Amino acid sequence: MSDVERRARMRAIVQLALARFRIFYREPGSMFWTFGFPLVLSIVLGIAFRDRDPEPVVVAVEVAAEDARARAEHAREILARSDDVKVKVMSPEEASAALRTGKVSLVVTPSTDGYAYRWDPTRPESRLARSVTDDVLQRGEGRQDAYEPTSSIVTEPGSRYIDFLVPGLVGLGLMSTGLWGIGFALAEMRTKKLIKRLVATPMRRSDFLLSFLLVRALLLPVELAPLLAFAWLVFDVGVRGSFLTLGITALVGALTFAVMGLFFACRADNPHVVSGLINIVSFPMYLCSGVFFSSSRFPDAVQPIIGLLPLTALNDALRATMIDGAGLADVAGKLGVCATWGIVCFVLAIRLFKWR
Amino acid sequence: MALEHAATAPGRSEALRASRGAPEVSIRCKGLRKTYEDGVVAVDGLDLEVRRGECFGLLGPNGAGKTTTVEILEGLLEPSGGEVEILGRRWETDERWLRERIGVSLQETHLPDKLTVRETLELFRSFFVEGRDIDATIDLVALREKEHAKFDTLSGGQRQRLAVACALVGDPTLLFLDEPTTGLDPQSRRMLWDVVLAFKEQGGSVLLTTHYMDEAERLCDRVGVIDHGKTIAVGTPKELIDSLGGSQIVEIEVARPPAEEAARDALAASLARLPGVVSSRFHGGRFVLTVDQLHVALPAVLEALRARNLELANLSTHRATLEDVFVTLTGRALRE
Ligand SMILES: Nc1ncnc2c1ncn2[C@@H]1O[C@H](COP(=O)(O)OP(=O)(O)OP(=O)(O)O)[C@@H](O)[C@H]1O
Ligand SMILES: [Mg+2]
Repeated sequence: MSDVERRARMRAIVQLALARFRIFYREPGSMFWTFGFPLVLSIVLGIAFRDRDPEPVVVAVEVAAEDARARAEHAREILARSDDVKVKVMSPEEASAALRTGKVSLVVTPSTDGYAYRWDPTRPESRLARSVTDDVLQRGEGRQDAYEPTSSIVTEPGSRYIDFLVPGLVGLGLMSTGLWGIGFALAEMRTKKLIKRLVATPMRRSDFLLSFLLVRALLLPVELAPLLAFAWLVFDVGVRGSFLTLGITALVGALTFAVMGLFFACRADNPHVVSGLINIVSFPMYLCSGVFFSSSRFPDAVQPIIGLLPLTALNDALRATMIDGAGLADVAGKLGVCATWGIVCFVLAIRLFKWR
Repeated sequence: MALEHAATAPGRSEALRASRGAPEVSIRCKGLRKTYEDGVVAVDGLDLEVRRGECFGLLGPNGAGKTTTVEILEGLLEPSGGEVEILGRRWETDERWLRERIGVSLQETHLPDKLTVRETLELFRSFFVEGRDIDATIDLVALREKEHAKFDTLSGGQRQRLAVACALVGDPTLLFLDEPTTGLDPQSRRMLWDVVLAFKEQGGSVLLTTHYMDEAERLCDRVGVIDHGKTIAVGTPKELIDSLGGSQIVEIEVARPPAEEAARDALAASLARLPGVVSSRFHGGRFVLTVDQLHVALPAVLEALRARNLELANLSTHRATLEDVFVTLTGRALRE
């Protein structure tokens, strides 16, 4: 290749990348999905699952007959003295309805020689109410404790839900921008005969594909910074490991999903086909790959499969870096799993790509 | 001033290059065939030759196979059979070399919505090792005012002009234009004609398809009429019109034409025997006569109708055009 040609080729790559940038930032929709959506999601989920002071359990005391009213009042008084219990007196019908709809977690009924509890053992808050209420009532009625326990209370950053969530959102973001951003853009270009038009010029096909990956890599820091900064400022979610490891992990993930986007769009003639494919592929990963809750909740039998999914590997690597402070060597295996997907999809995409 | 002009005049270098050592024939194809996957035979043994420096027009009704032919010649479609030679080379062996030297405007392309005119041209220019100056190209297609307008804000005509600009920006020696002026207003059409004529003047060759006869007559040195994927006539517009044998067309509507086809054909045949009349057909509800001497033919025709007691409902005459050639050759109008 002569010098002139090499310079021309550089110019072509720069122009292709520039065009991608322009198309990206002039499309308000793509800006939102890339930058706004992860922020909104982290705000909403962060608030929903923020660490609250332990809430009192809600309990009803039921008055079955008028002559039991005095006993019921007595129980209410005992319970009301405890900070851990919120208590109401209700008729049996009201109490049953409240229990059924979850407004109260337990119903206390005075019985001849004590109290009866009505509760639903499948509801965690009912189980909690059962044990707290029993404790308070027993003590109120004169039970002596065997000893006075001491306890120390820990809420450490790193073990909260938001610490778990943020790396998952980073992974999710990398997956959706890669798949949707690239897959959809390519399918649309093909529908509009733009790929055909480009192929009619001396443009190198490799430059064209490269420009997609290049822009993906260049946008990555811009895309991650707001979410990480937000998580750090608002929720105090930090990065334990090095930013270099985090950056490399995110880059491997971004490129893998970008290449998968290329692959899903490599033959499709219209964007609907591509969006169908992407939905089919990404939906299981939303659920199983540990974005919102740990993938270890699934049965052991499917764990090997889940572990091989690219998003699972990426999320594991991101969490290891951000929460546990893992180094590059520690996450290399996970990154390898992810990159393998990328390489396989890349080879297939190049082989199958429909240019005309 | 003169220097500046030379610097911005587009196409000069490539035209010079083209005239030196370039083959005499820009496009040659023989026995071209294309059968689509669904079995449609779009091109069926088509022969074509476009000489250097010539503008060749492909005419034909919708579905005749023009776009298919052009895209095969552009190296964008694989032919099912036949030989193609562009600028003396073949797509299989010299794709890169050829891509540097041809300019393409597809029948329909949607350029990126969010790129401006200038950005789009810069993008296309960047693919070519040598090409035209962006500003000169913008001026050439009169898009200076829209230089910074995004594609999705352009009118249909402006988009079409940008598409042609993208074809020119690589400074090609051979230009393919598939229906470049369809849907344009008269002014934009004339502007594009000037662009094509200027390109030709600088030594470039053009293959264009069109449905407009005036366009073909104005721009094309030669035209090929194709139908059902075959060339059915080739020549200069004048040669084709002359092949009708007469320079005037007379169209006659009678109030009550004979009901049976045989009677109509017989009447047409007897009209054809009148002095000054070259041929005659019944087509589209009227008799269409090709006439070489209008002053002789017209009185004779009127006399013949009166003799048969046929009342004249309408009569018109015009100079023969390529449209008439097409109707004569295929029995169908060019634009259906
Ligand atoms: N991709 C395709 N698959 C199947 N058949 C096709 C395809 N493209 C074109 N055809 C068919 O091939 C024939 C020729 O089409 P072509 O587009 O070449 O015609 P054309 O002369 O350019 O028509 P128009 O004047 O409408 O542009 C038509 O019958 C068309 O339906
Ligand atoms: Mg066509």
